[in-house]
Amino acid sequence: MADQFIFWVAAIVAIIAAIRVVILKNAVLSVLHLIVTLIALAVLFLQLSAEFIAALQIIVYAGAIMVLFLFIVMLLNLRKDEFGRDQLPWLRLLGTLAGAAFLAELISLIGGGRVMAATVPDGFGSVRSIGIALFGEYMFPFELTSLLLVAAVLAAVVVARRKSSNEVDAAPPAGSEGEA
Amino acid sequence: MNALPVPLGNYIILSGILFSLGVIGVLTARNAIVILMSIELMLNAANLLLVVFARVHGDLGGQVMVFFVLTVAAAEAAVGLAILVAVFRLKGSVDVDRLNILKG
Repeated sequence: MADQFIFWVAAIVAIIAAIRVVILKNAVLSVLHLIVTLIALAVLFLQLSAEFIAALQIIVYAGAIMVLFLFIVMLLNLRKDEFGRDQLPWLRLLGTLAGAAFLAELISLIGGGRVMAATVPDGFGSVRSIGIALFGEYMFPFELTSLLLVAAVLAAVVVARRKSSNEVDAAPPAGSEGEA
Repeated sequence: MNALPVPLGNYIILSGILFSLGVIGVLTARNAIVILMSIELMLNAANLLLVVFARVHGDLGGQVMVFFVLTVAAAEAAVGLAILVAVFRLKGSVDVDRLNILKG
């Protein structure tokens, strides 16, 4: 009974916060509402014996990725009047309709019937069991993620750095590092 | 304990609602940062289903996949926001309606 109550509270909080992420004009408020959604989902993860994933969700997602978003929103310092009149006003209505149709299609695909969850051993979803899976069965994909992260860091630095004045017109000669 | 807190369909519908809200955000938002956040919303809807089915089947693979999705989301946010900073420097705006220099 308490489990159901927790599910419904977390689900409703997640949906309301997600709606506000999409409709709010102020980007800072959107980021904060997305953090609320992420924490509500972490509560659901805890109920599904995924303790480590719930902790990761809060530390990495709400803690690191969302702070990056917040940092960029504040760095760009967008004003509210930044976004003037809608050039394509019907596009907003059409987008909402497309999303609603997508949801209706998803729901129509769900079959009935009760599904019993498998009996899981003690420690399912703990740091220990996830670690054993990551460094055993999923060793190769795990190593590939390090490559992905290095590529992402390099790409972010290269794309976002300010070009020095002598690089703007001419392409830099190979091997020379411009001032960032 | 071998029963989910609520029937499986509830989780699927919740995930579907969150994913559709992400779709709506991508289609309707004009602020590029909100579009990136809507993508994060869709990734999280997928994460929820991965965790639910990891529990249903008693297989840790779903939870490991969430770990990888988290990594991809971090990489995507870093690169996407770097592109936004570059675009803002070029155009002075992150309004996607104004990014029309490819228009023929």
